[in-house]
Amino acid sequence: MTTAIKDASQDRQKTMIAEHFGKLSRAKEDGRKVVYTFVPGNLTELLLNFDLLPVLPEINALQSGMRGKTGDYIQLAEKSGHSEDVCTYVKADIGMLKSGNIGPTGEKLPDPDLLLLSYTGCFTFLKWFELLREEYDCPVVMLHVPYQGDGKITGEMRDYVVGQIRDVLIPELEKLSGKKFDEDRLREDLKRSAKAEDDLVWVLESAKHKPSPIDAYFGGVYYIGPIFTSFRGTEDAVDYYQLLRGEIEERLAQGLGPITPDGVMEEEKYRIVVEGPPNWTSFREFWKMFHSEGAVVVASSYTKVGGLYDRGFRHDPDDPIGTLADYSMGCYTNLNLPDRIDLLEKYITDYDADGFLINSVKSCNSFSAGQLLILRELEKRTGRAGGFIESDLVDPRYFSAANIKNRLESYFQMIEAKRTKG
Amino acid sequence: MSIAAPPQTQATGRLGEIIALAQSLYEDIAFKAVADWKAKDKTRRAIGFLPVYVPREVIHAAGGLPVGIMGGGDMTEIVRGDSYFQSYICHLPRSVIELLVSGRLDSMDGFLFPSICDVIRNLSGMFKLLKPDRYVHYFDLPQNFRSNLGGTFYVSELKSVAGAVSAMTGTPVTDERLRESIKVYNANSRAMNALLELRIEKPWLVPAAEYYLLLRAGFLLPVDEHTAMLNEYTLLVQQSDRRALDNIRVMVRGAFCEQPPVALLRTLERAGCYLVDDDFVVGSRFIPDPIAETGNPWDALADAFMHHSLPAASVYDEKHEKAKKLVDRVREVRADGVLLMAPSFCDPALLDQPMLQEALEQAGIPFTSFKYSEDTGQFQVIREQAGTFADAIKLWGTV
Ligand code: SF4
Ligand code: SF4
Repeated sequence: MTTAIKDASQDRQKTMIAEHFGKLSRAKEDGRKVVYTFVPGNLTELLLNFDLLPVLPEINALQSGMRGKTGDYIQLAEKSGHSEDVCTYVKADIGMLKSGNIGPTGEKLPDPDLLLLSYTGCFTFLKWFELLREEYDCPVVMLHVPYQGDGKITGEMRDYVVGQIRDVLIPELEKLSGKKFDEDRLREDLKRSAKAEDDLVWVLESAKHKPSPIDAYFGGVYYIGPIFTSFRGTEDAVDYYQLLRGEIEERLAQGLGPITPDGVMEEEKYRIVVEGPPNWTSFREFWKMFHSEGAVVVASSYTKVGGLYDRGFRHDPDDPIGTLADYSMGCYTNLNLPDRIDLLEKYITDYDADGFLINSVKSCNSFSAGQLLILRELEKRTGRAGGFIESDLVDPRYFSAANIKNRLESYFQMIEAKRTKG
Repeated sequence: MSIAAPPQTQATGRLGEIIALAQSLYEDIAFKAVADWKAKDKTRRAIGFLPVYVPREVIHAAGGLPVGIMGGGDMTEIVRGDSYFQSYICHLPRSVIELLVSGRLDSMDGFLFPSICDVIRNLSGMFKLLKPDRYVHYFDLPQNFRSNLGGTFYVSELKSVAGAVSAMTGTPVTDERLRESIKVYNANSRAMNALLELRIEKPWLVPAAEYYLLLRAGFLLPVDEHTAMLNEYTLLVQQSDRRALDNIRVMVRGAFCEQPPVALLRTLERAGCYLVDDDFVVGSRFIPDPIAETGNPWDALADAFMHHSLPAASVYDEKHEKAKKLVDRVREVRADGVLLMAPSFCDPALLDQPMLQEALEQAGIPFTSFKYSEDTGQFQVIREQAGTFADAIKLWGTV
């Protein structure tokens, strides 16, 4: 069943993405302004308020990775003086830019009219836009999102972010778009965000059932697409998540497992929690190493980089600017290490996982620094099988299929061994 | 061809003693000096901080000793640290963890982790887990530089640190005390600037390794002692008979966090490069101008960080003036070229580098770049690279 991945919801998402890139390719002739910004904690609803079109360079990088383009892009960037040591998302983006900035649909992406540097949970974002600023003649606006170093969002942190949105961002976006900020419209859009978020949480939590009707990592990255990117706050997003939820409800009723690129997964042998981003250059091959062994990912941290909705956060139309601030500070990569461990521990318990696996990506210090301590702590606290593999997001040189496969096989054996021991 | 420089004359007498003291402090990776300082009075407390910058004035005003934790250098054998970090993460956090788990940071009563990169950020969480009984705080420096936004946020961070340290020492940070601390650190910064000026004018009087050791001493000694040390050194070294060599004048950028081994600095000088300006231990002189000693001291510290600090890869370059500042500085210190030396796997430094290179290229300033790690032990390649760079500039004025 090779077409299984293409559910109606999947088609719907594809259409939404195609339409968005269509708008982007016509942006200049339609007189629409384009804003480049990042995924975690982004301000999609605010951009919508000014009819601005977002471009998300990380998404371009990951899509280039899936299309097998990033090997060349990265080398191009390295040849032009970028170190082999740094995040490959940045280099994939720089390489794509140097190769004509052709987006995933084969059309040229428009240059930005503004770089909206809202950086949640990663310092590389800051450097990334400093680098892009050298290439484009456009302003940069910074939203500094403080980190939850002590495990909480304090009043001072919130005031700081709210103040920046109100006094810096909104005036800049008004200037750029020539439109006035419309708070009523923002409230309406936020209502739609919350509605879609409800359905997304339902979908992600469906993995608590046995067998799980979804894969919350490999499948999960498709499910989070619209809400993490340019569609939060739109009718399209609401419809997509309703459709998706309906499909999963049906699968649940029929007792079916997740849909994989090779069809519905038959027997659920292992339930795994995964920490860390996936690899994109060999995404399907990577996924297959799991589903061919009957391993389903029941929860993942990566699907929380654009919001921890399952911990109860919803965009709140009654506090439109405050809620944007809370959202930007609440994403997974903005949690401190102890909170990340608590969350993963909770996933392991709540989703009754057999174990957890860390995919440590070379690119991303934000995720990776400290992961070996996470591994140790989780093993200690849960007594379940912990696994550790290494790869990269979009640098094909760092995806060693044989090595990862070996490690995964031993990992699954470890789970079996733990089971036998009782 | 290589125009070899003879080795520096060993310092003797009082000068030799000062350098020996600085060297012994540098080698004090168990922070014995801190334990000794604390032993003199049971109420004393020490707060360790990671690179790059924290306003030490606040800790000082609360009666604490701010202590810079710059990594384990090439003197710390990594026994357990490597098991905490993947191979593609810089070296500094593994040696810092090594220091922690081996008990060598036990004299610290608290730790501050300034917001410079994701590694230091996550290291703060690791400390929270590994040392639950200590004060561990991620010190979030603002990236918005308006006084009513970033400034207000920064003051709240300063007050939170002040409150935590005061709770340990029993000494509240009053405005009065904080102003006094600002004065004391201003004196230190004047002494530092005098040394820096001398080095720019007569680099043969202030060898890079000595300069570096003096900077490092400032991260361990009480500030008054350090100021006195700097002043005495600056005076004595001018009376010495050190002679100028046929070296080129270079500026160093990229070494603001994980520090190069001292032997590497000596290697660079032996290869024919006088280091006339650098960003080693940059937190010790992050704010080169005096900070206001009157008025609201909290606002003065915020203003100093936001508007009067040196450029660093970890601070957002809001005004887009990094390139200009770099080139201006090259001219100001009359450097013949720039060494872009960054720690391996250091995202902030390495992501900054293409922008710095572009600026130097545009301005026609020669540069060369290489990576190091705090425990680099082989300098042959770097020595040759720096030697060739120096020779090319001596012969042709460019590379
Ligand atoms: S370091 Fe990680 S979070 Fe940051 S841009 Fe790279 S992949 Fe994204
Ligand atoms: S050396 Fe660079 S990456 Fe490593 S901790 Fe320091 S700033 Fe961060």
